[in-house]
Amino acid sequence: METDLFPRVLWQAGPIQITDTLALSVALTVLLWLAGWSLTRHLQLEPGPLQTALEGIVLAMENAVRDLLPQHFDEVAPFIMGLWWFLLAANLIGLIPGLESPTRDLSITSALAFLVFLSVPWFGIRSHGLKGYLSHYVKPFPFLLPFHIVGEITRTVALAVRLFGNMMSLGLVALIFLLLAGFLVPVPILMLHGVEALVQAYIFGMLALVYIAGGIQSQSRRKSKR
Amino acid sequence: MHDMTWIVLGSTVAAALGIGIGVLGPGIGMGRAIAQALDAIARQPEAEKILMRTLFIGLAMIESLAIYCLVIILIILFRNPLLQYVL
Repeated sequence: METDLFPRVLWQAGPIQITDTLALSVALTVLLWLAGWSLTRHLQLEPGPLQTALEGIVLAMENAVRDLLPQHFDEVAPFIMGLWWFLLAANLIGLIPGLESPTRDLSITSALAFLVFLSVPWFGIRSHGLKGYLSHYVKPFPFLLPFHIVGEITRTVALAVRLFGNMMSLGLVALIFLLLAGFLVPVPILMLHGVEALVQAYIFGMLALVYIAGGIQSQSRRKSKR
Repeated sequence: MHDMTWIVLGSTVAAALGIGIGVLGPGIGMGRAIAQALDAIARQPEAEKILMRTLFIGLAMIESLAIYCLVIILIILFRNPLLQYVL
């Protein structure tokens, strides 16, 4: 039971372990990059079915980002949409027999959440300068500084644990159903897996977007007041 | 062996009770949030898009409480750190 659910160690050298989740997510990254490269080589004005489907997805993602951050769309959109594509692929690949979602590993989701954690000051500083960004930590009162810091850390932890807990528990539930009831019974649970994978990918990207927007807009609101 | 029995009993009871009680609060919270959101959509259907977005984000926040609960219970069941005092 544990061999399926917890990450397997494929290769080990001293303290460095390569787990199957890490290998799968690196493979997914390369695959997504290759797909993005090869599919955009020959775009047509009158698209075929594949291009129409992909354009629909990309447009939906673009609109979601544009609704929240119209002015900073060009900077933020590649990061958020990259997160979305990776999470869509990583969550949905668990539906293929023999493969498990790499996002069931807390290390993978922590890495993604850490990226979001770093991107908030990155976009904030890029749009409003170092001093402008750092000053929002001591607004409205300097004694709120620890609360701001704790808030940033806990929401990052929550981001990682939410994705991990959801994907992990989906696999666990399907496995328990398999143990209790037997062959083909977990299929309805796997349909739930499909829905939940989409929802979790959407929520992760959306929360990242909201955090980044908070880092950027808390500045511009103050600027406009001045 | 006697200690082990108590550990198994304790962690099983804690896991069952913990997930039951821990899901209660988020369940009530999510139900209230969805009810209010439906109310708001019924009043102002044109605001559905922004309401749904805020609802999803809020639900994710509430849901993470239940996920914390699940993570604690997984730790109790699979990787109990207190076992080392007994073994």
